[in-house]
Amino acid sequence: MRTILFLIQKEFIQIKRNKAMLPIMLVMPIIQLIILVNAATFEMKHIRLLVVDKDMSTVSRDIYSKFSSSPFYTITGSTFNNDEAEESLKKGNTDMVLVIPEHFERTLRKENKADLQLLVNAINAASAGLVNAYSVSILLDYNMGLVAKWANIPGNITSQTIKTTYSYWYNPELNYKNYMVPGILVMLVTIIGLFLSGLNIVREKEIGTIEQINITPIKKYQFIIGKLFPFWLIALFELAFGLLLGKLIFQIPIIGNVFLLFGFAAIYLILVLSIGLFISTVNNTQQQAMFITWFFMVIFILMSGLFTPVESMPQWAQNLNIINPVAYFIQVTRMVLLKGSGFSDILRPMISISIYAVLMMSFAVWRYRKVS
Amino acid sequence: MKRFLGFVKKEFFHIFRDYRTVIVLFGMPIVQIMMFGYAINTDLKDAHIAILDQSKDEITTKLTQKIISSGYFKLNANLSSAQDIEPNFRKGKIKEVIIFEENFAKKLKKDGTAGIQLIADASDPNNANLIVNYTYAIINNYQVELMGKQQIPFQIKPQVRMYYNPEMKSVFMFIPGIITILLMLVSAMMTSISIAREKELGTMEVLLVSPLKPGLIIAGKVIPYVFLAFINAITIILLGQFVFGMHIAGSYFLLMMVCLLFIITALSFGIFISTVASNQMTAMLISFAGLLLPVILLSGFIFPVENMPLVLQWLSYIIPAKWFLIIIKAITLKGLGLAYIWKELLILVGMTVFLIMLSAKKFKIRLE
Repeated sequence: MRTILFLIQKEFIQIKRNKAMLPIMLVMPIIQLIILVNAATFEMKHIRLLVVDKDMSTVSRDIYSKFSSSPFYTITGSTFNNDEAEESLKKGNTDMVLVIPEHFERTLRKENKADLQLLVNAINAASAGLVNAYSVSILLDYNMGLVAKWANIPGNITSQTIKTTYSYWYNPELNYKNYMVPGILVMLVTIIGLFLSGLNIVREKEIGTIEQINITPIKKYQFIIGKLFPFWLIALFELAFGLLLGKLIFQIPIIGNVFLLFGFAAIYLILVLSIGLFISTVNNTQQQAMFITWFFMVIFILMSGLFTPVESMPQWAQNLNIINPVAYFIQVTRMVLLKGSGFSDILRPMISISIYAVLMMSFAVWRYRKVS
Repeated sequence: MKRFLGFVKKEFFHIFRDYRTVIVLFGMPIVQIMMFGYAINTDLKDAHIAILDQSKDEITTKLTQKIISSGYFKLNANLSSAQDIEPNFRKGKIKEVIIFEENFAKKLKKDGTAGIQLIADASDPNNANLIVNYTYAIINNYQVELMGKQQIPFQIKPQVRMYYNPEMKSVFMFIPGIITILLMLVSAMMTSISIAREKELGTMEVLLVSPLKPGLIIAGKVIPYVFLAFINAITIILLGQFVFGMHIAGSYFLLMMVCLLFIITALSFGIFISTVASNQMTAMLISFAGLLLPVILLSGFIFPVENMPLVLQWLSYIIPAKWFLIIIKAITLKGLGLAYIWKELLILVGMTVFLIMLSAKKFKIRLE
């Protein structure tokens, strides 16, 4: 026990003496949270709209004002020239062009229907879909009003209406930040845990100090505990720090039990640190270790559902998530923080992650050799 | 010159002897592009829902069928009472509950109106929004069917044209992004670490006392990575073209030149980091926190820059990847030429020159 304590002390002194490490560890979460959370938004505001109104009728002007009064659109200008509009799309100055052709109102009155065009810049498919949905719904809305005004037969058309009401639970204002903060916390804790543990032992190997430890009577398990415990503590501290920042800066709701979250995190971190340890034992240089860690990290994060819903992925990809630790932790963090899920709700991921941690730890310890 | 070539050769040996890194280096673009192409997308598919049907008549059954057969939703549970909603949400099993009110069909016929309530789990707000909108649209469609032949007068019909990406494939958006990330990783991160490594191991001193000039030492360190990064860029572009059918609208030559320019920009970033960092861990953390995250998040790769707060938009101006992404999208997707992108190109060149000058000033040839 005393040996372990001394080893832990040694690690902490090393961390403290490294001038760059401490600031990075403290500043990184702050910057990440503030920048990432603000940057990671899919909400569409300020869709830049260019209007080509060739009709100049009451209807076309009404449509124009419908768009200009919507909070989602910023009208960047209007023109009568189609080429000019396309040029603007090309240059990337506009997200969407609304073209109202000549004699629009007249056609609408005469033939009971009339076409208008929406030209959307679809390079970003996700936001193009949203832009399209918003625009069509604005037009539909206007159309309904127009029909009621012109046709004078309101009772007849609305003979059988299904009234659909909807409510958004757990986040009625659809605040995207509430969703992102827990995810980014997970990313932060994982990065810290994985990189610190993944690079640490490799560093001793590369510099050659591992030999000095290997010739001492320190046992394998003592060495590993001594190495990993400080990082485990640091990562948990980062989680607490990040959670506090999230609460103070972004007012994210913490509905569930924080201790439950930390309990899960404690097990999760054992898993992450074991993976780091494993990477450490199979590599010889920090560059190698860093590169491989980064490779897995990116895959873990992208597949975890941090940015995109897991259900949208094909089945095989969802199955792969069984071995993705980040996916479990993201799911649980969001469930506990945002929905107040209790112990019984997260029991299954908890068990999975515990088994996974035990397996990974034994594997890494088995792989670690005192003789080189 | 011969000395210099020998030095470059040494660097290549360094890289290629480490077969694991080489495998990751060349495997990474392939794995990432496959993941983005096949696995990761934001489209709604198979969202798990539950239905609380208090009426169970022909109309509600039909609507349920319509919703489930749409491909967007997957029925996870049939609830029997409103009390089951909350536990199901908490378990994270379902994303939406659709509630039909009692005597739905009867009310619809008699009173002319009947109610459906949608409850979405908005802990993922975007997804919730999408799910509700899709459900809404399906119900609306059914409603139109119900109204039958009744002609609606004065219809405004919007015709939507999706420019530059008519099939709305998100992979086309990601390919330029992956190129950016990988070039940044290989160029900036790898060089900064490899120079920091020489410092940490003490071999930098050996190099500095050699007759090779400091500038040439750095150039020699950097050249192999230019080469590797370039191969990576070509791999991704070829994969995008032949596996995912991305059509490259603009000139190949211009595309290659722009990639090369960006590699040099990223390398000068890496050199700059290595002048600041004294060991590999620090170099790695700085590259990670200072380069990769901003590149992923502020360049407009995943999240559109226009939606961000103003301060972040300003911040994005100093990120080279943002300009590179604009250029590369303009060339590959829009097929534009030099006339449209010279401004962005100039900015990149300016950044590169600035970084190289800065690192030249900071580079120490003497020991502390």
